[in-house]
Amino acid sequence: MSERKEAQAPELDLPWKEVSPGGVVDKPGSSVAYITGTWRSMRPLRDHDQCTQCLICWIMCPDAAIPIEDGKVKGFDYAHCKGCGICVEQCPVNIKEPHCETGEMGKVIQMVPESGDEDNADDE
Amino acid sequence: MTSNRSRTFVLGEKKEMVESTYLALDGANAVSHAMRQINPDVVAAYPITPQTAVVQNFSQFVADGTVDTEFVPVESEHAAMSACIGASAAGARVMTATSANGLALMWEMLYIASGMRLPIVLTVVNRALSSPLNIHCDHSDSMGARDAGWLQLYAETGQEAYDNTIQALRIAEDSDLLLPVMSCQDGFITGHGVERVGILPDQTVQDFVGQYVANYSLLDVENPVTMGAWDFTDYYFEHKRQQSQAMNESMPIVEAVSAEYEKLSGRPQPIIDTFAMDDAEVAVIVLSSAAGTTRSVVRDLRNKGVKAGVVKPRLFRPFPAQRIVDAIKNCKAVAVLDRAISFGSPDGMGPLFLDVTSALYNAGACDVPVIDFIFGLGGRDMTPPMVESVYDQLMQIRDTGDRGDIVRYVGLRG
Repeated sequence: MSERKEAQAPELDLPWKEVSPGGVVDKPGSSVAYITGTWRSMRPLRDHDQCTQCLICWIMCPDAAIPIEDGKVKGFDYAHCKGCGICVEQCPVNIKEPHCETGEMGKVIQMVPESGDEDNADDE
Repeated sequence: MTSNRSRTFVLGEKKEMVESTYLALDGANAVSHAMRQINPDVVAAYPITPQTAVVQNFSQFVADGTVDTEFVPVESEHAAMSACIGASAAGARVMTATSANGLALMWEMLYIASGMRLPIVLTVVNRALSSPLNIHCDHSDSMGARDAGWLQLYAETGQEAYDNTIQALRIAEDSDLLLPVMSCQDGFITGHGVERVGILPDQTVQDFVGQYVANYSLLDVENPVTMGAWDFTDYYFEHKRQQSQAMNESMPIVEAVSAEYEKLSGRPQPIIDTFAMDDAEVAVIVLSSAAGTTRSVVRDLRNKGVKAGVVKPRLFRPFPAQRIVDAIKNCKAVAVLDRAISFGSPDGMGPLFLDVTSALYNAGACDVPVIDFIFGLGGRDMTPPMVESVYDQLMQIRDTGDRGDIVRYVGLRG
């Protein structure tokens, strides 16, 4: 993760005379540096204690926004998660206790509306 | 962002005039020869009347091994421009040609080429857009593309079509510009009309166009880049403003290339061609082949003592507003001849008229009465008597001060 985060996005505050002609992106990794987490209206939340680490959410996430460490899902990369909810749809685990964040029964990953107050830093 | 390549030419560089060899060529073939001499890396094209002759002749040069161009016979004009964009993004020097509905099918890709700042040169052999189906000349095709971010040159003759093609490439590829250029000529009238065309020596053209070194190449694996990327609310506006500025600042580049080519060929390359305009009271502004007919009529009128003149813009995009205003501001009546209609504009005006009157207004020169004549749609002949009738109506406005109908038609029954 630390290596990926060094990638540069085209600078957001560049005046029009200084943007790259034709929109050429001449540095790699701009999609990492480009923050799409702000698009999210729903936020996925995981109950880590009840998660079986099947990694299906990690496989299915279309934005590679579920980082893993030592073979286990670490949480969510909220800087890039667009809140599409595919992880929730794909999560196969029905929890036995109420979800630690939402208090609801259902799946390990559940969606809640964004309040607008949350920061977009990585979970945990 | 600064350019990391050298310019393809040096301003003010002195070149001696080089003698041309004269051949009997039609306008389309003249462009084929220009393309042969340029020897572009890639030509992707699809046949359509009356452009077909351009790439048909050129493909013969490819088959004969006269050029080493990669010729891509694609399945449509949309594919043609798409292939041109891909090749240009790869760093190649790219040319193509089309007409009418072929240009219309390229529409989506025209904007992508200009937005990506790819210096593609496109010959348009002007033809009426369907429907009704017609293969003959008017300017509805290229005029519809006038806001697509391409520079547009209009040729009166096969000679000009040849000369413009060579200049178009240098203009497009200028490292300070990097915009695509459309080089237009009238279908059949110019495209299939055989005339005496002066051809520069091959090496002279090669030296003039130089070698194109793209700023970026998709094939450069050592320096990978992304082109045509996602450009959302936070970048797009800035890129479009910058693209607009490139067009706004393109005039000095067109002038410099024209001046150098003029010196090289010995043929004048004005941005706007003015004839008998110094003391003209009645004047006509017209693009392309009809300018020749108009000039001939003006000679006769001048012999009869009528102070008549003609303005023929060679460049339409960027629009040479100040030059046109300066040329006509002292006239007593001016007619714009439009070979296209901008449907739904006030009274169905033509695109050239809209820009001319806009230029006059913005220059504060609102006293010149200007009227618009729609002419020659679908290849309708513009004969000398028709041009005379235009000047007759201008003289009436000059004498009465009554502008009358703003949009008129010439050569139309009823």
